[in-house]
Amino acid sequence: MENRPLEYDYTVTKMFMLTTIILGIVGMLIGVVLAFQMAYPELNLVLGEGLAEYTNFSRLRPLHTDAVIFGFTLSGIFSTWYYVGQRVLKVSMAESGFLMFIGKLHFWLYLVGVAAVVVSLFLGITTSKEYAEFEWPIDIAIVVVWVLFGISIFGLIGIRREKSLYISIWYYIATFLGIAMLYLFNNMEIPTILGESAAGESGIGAWYHSVSMYAGTNDAMVQWWYGHNAVAFGFTVPIVAMIYYFLPKESGQAIYSYKLSLLSFWGLMFVYLWAGGHHLLYSTVPDWVQTMGSIFSVILILPSWGSAINMLLTMKGEWQQVAASPLIKFMILASTFYMFSTLEGPIQAIKSVNAIAHFTDWIVGHVHDGTLGWVGFMIMAALFHMAPRVFKREIYSKSLMATQFWIQTLGIVLYFTSMWIAGITQGMMWRAHDEFGNLAYSFIDTVTILHPYYTIRGVGGLLYLVGFLMFSYNIYKTMSARPVEESELQSASPMGA
Amino acid sequence: MFHWLEKHPFFFAVGVFLTVAFAGLVTILPNFAQSSRPVIGTAPYSTLELAGRHVYIKNSCNACHSQLVRPFKSETDRYGHYSLSGEYAYDRPFLWGSKRTGPDLMRVGNYRTTDWHENHMKDPSGVVPGSIMPAYRWMFTNAADIDTAFAEQLTVAQFFSVPYNKPVPMRDGSTMVVKMGSSLADANVLALAEAKVIVEDMKDQDVKDAVANGKIPEIVALIAYLNSLK
Repeated sequence: MENRPLEYDYTVTKMFMLTTIILGIVGMLIGVVLAFQMAYPELNLVLGEGLAEYTNFSRLRPLHTDAVIFGFTLSGIFSTWYYVGQRVLKVSMAESGFLMFIGKLHFWLYLVGVAAVVVSLFLGITTSKEYAEFEWPIDIAIVVVWVLFGISIFGLIGIRREKSLYISIWYYIATFLGIAMLYLFNNMEIPTILGESAAGESGIGAWYHSVSMYAGTNDAMVQWWYGHNAVAFGFTVPIVAMIYYFLPKESGQAIYSYKLSLLSFWGLMFVYLWAGGHHLLYSTVPDWVQTMGSIFSVILILPSWGSAINMLLTMKGEWQQVAASPLIKFMILASTFYMFSTLEGPIQAIKSVNAIAHFTDWIVGHVHDGTLGWVGFMIMAALFHMAPRVFKREIYSKSLMATQFWIQTLGIVLYFTSMWIAGITQGMMWRAHDEFGNLAYSFIDTVTILHPYYTIRGVGGLLYLVGFLMFSYNIYKTMSARPVEESELQSASPMGA
Repeated sequence: MFHWLEKHPFFFAVGVFLTVAFAGLVTILPNFAQSSRPVIGTAPYSTLELAGRHVYIKNSCNACHSQLVRPFKSETDRYGHYSLSGEYAYDRPFLWGSKRTGPDLMRVGNYRTTDWHENHMKDPSGVVPGSIMPAYRWMFTNAADIDTAFAEQLTVAQFFSVPYNKPVPMRDGSTMVVKMGSSLADANVLALAEAKVIVEDMKDQDVKDAVANGKIPEIVALIAYLNSLK
């Protein structure tokens, strides 16, 4: 027994892998529909006039963002947690009936939450706050799901054999704490059924409706403190957790520098939260908050690039692996896009650049080179790495994987280049004056000119979706088509054999 | 220190939390009270306007339209005076938006009229050739939720002392009182009276009939809200 490696229990990992794929397809499909609706508005009626209310751009838009954030990404985070957590803490879920129960409950309640979100957003039940659209009953459910995630993390840490916490665990802990704090404070709201009329009536109107505890400028401050850092603790921190585990594992290389990971981690923790103000430049929030937001956004390059450089240098002397293995390709491109995105963001946060960029498609482009390139690629790479170990089968097709990589990379490039041009074009046209000091363009001029870019963006998004379907098929075939290995593959690359 | 923290998860978590929470406190708290004070001339929303605001939110109008005029010549030329913090004092939630696929709406009540909105919501590209905005025809048949709007008025009056039924100072030195119903029935009567004024400028016969029969379609509430944005 002593000399045999631990057998880990991947029940919950598998469950969340499934939702990662399904919600990924749903979210990205809606995204592609939205992209083409902007190029061809007739598509708002894609299912006919009768269903127009539910297929309309404005109803679908929050569904897209929430499906990819809270569906695809969050499932990916949970799925990798239930895999990485056991392995680096050297303890199996099977050793604790309690943690197994919590893990499964976590999954099923999460699924209930997802269903509630989908129904409510289709019906237009929303608080309007971006990535925090859910009304109070769903908020409560989300808090419960999050607490279960926390119990899983700290429960597993509590029974660990490896005393020292690996870097990935730092990031998972930070994800849990960060999101918990942000979500709670941003969703402070009062249900309107509490209002009582002079005639003594109460419980009036829709039971699920609520009103924010903050008004106007304060509401905006809290929302973007949340909104920006939901990106931090949803799209950055847990994804860094993944790459710190999966890249060394897959490449067989040790992390380049422990000191650099220390600096990056604590730097990121300290700096990120200040940067929310860059969403509110030239708004009515106090000037000093805007300036702080701008400055800290630029400082944020340091810890972000710290992690990314640490990853790239981990490959030192082993660069031939990038050519040989599609899985390494995914991870190296992911960290490259992370560097790219974390340089682009600070540039947009500089006040004079922001004056042009804000409210335009350049911001949309920035979000997507981060999410498609960094988050999407890293989560897919993680699933590709986990699948052979979890299902005890080799990856179905390596060539399908390589093709997928190039199709999706092309998709991302089309996406962000078209959005750069669209955003800067529109930003410049809005502010253009003629020789007499009058506005040079009416607003509609700045819309119609974007048509070709919207079309290119739609094609880019479609390519990414096609790649994602190839990924789903590859994982599906891995699960079902190949014979089962006798025991878990201990160190073999999924590319081997 | 870091090595020690990595072996003590509790203290590690506390350390992370303090590092993370610090910035929020420092940036959000200092100006909190000041930022929520209304400027003179800003009044709370009437029941019908608030119901219209809910229609605006229900259909994510804020996904494509901002309500924030930045202090640049190009923006004040296009949309009017730049935004002031106090103008948002009664906005729960704020609706600044983060993307201008369509134009800003902060002061749309100054330069668009009821009949313009009516035609535009039915067929946007018929009014603005080249527009990519979808039509919102269901708003002409769906009923506005006056009850929930009233419940929200009661809630904000109770919890945040929003001045309903109280004089609010206006820019010309006068005062104005925004009425809130004393009961649900009363609130519906008030909203209907407001709706009747709006439909006088509308053409759609079904909408006019609905209001004459005591029902308020979403479009009427939405237009009341858009007209209030000044």
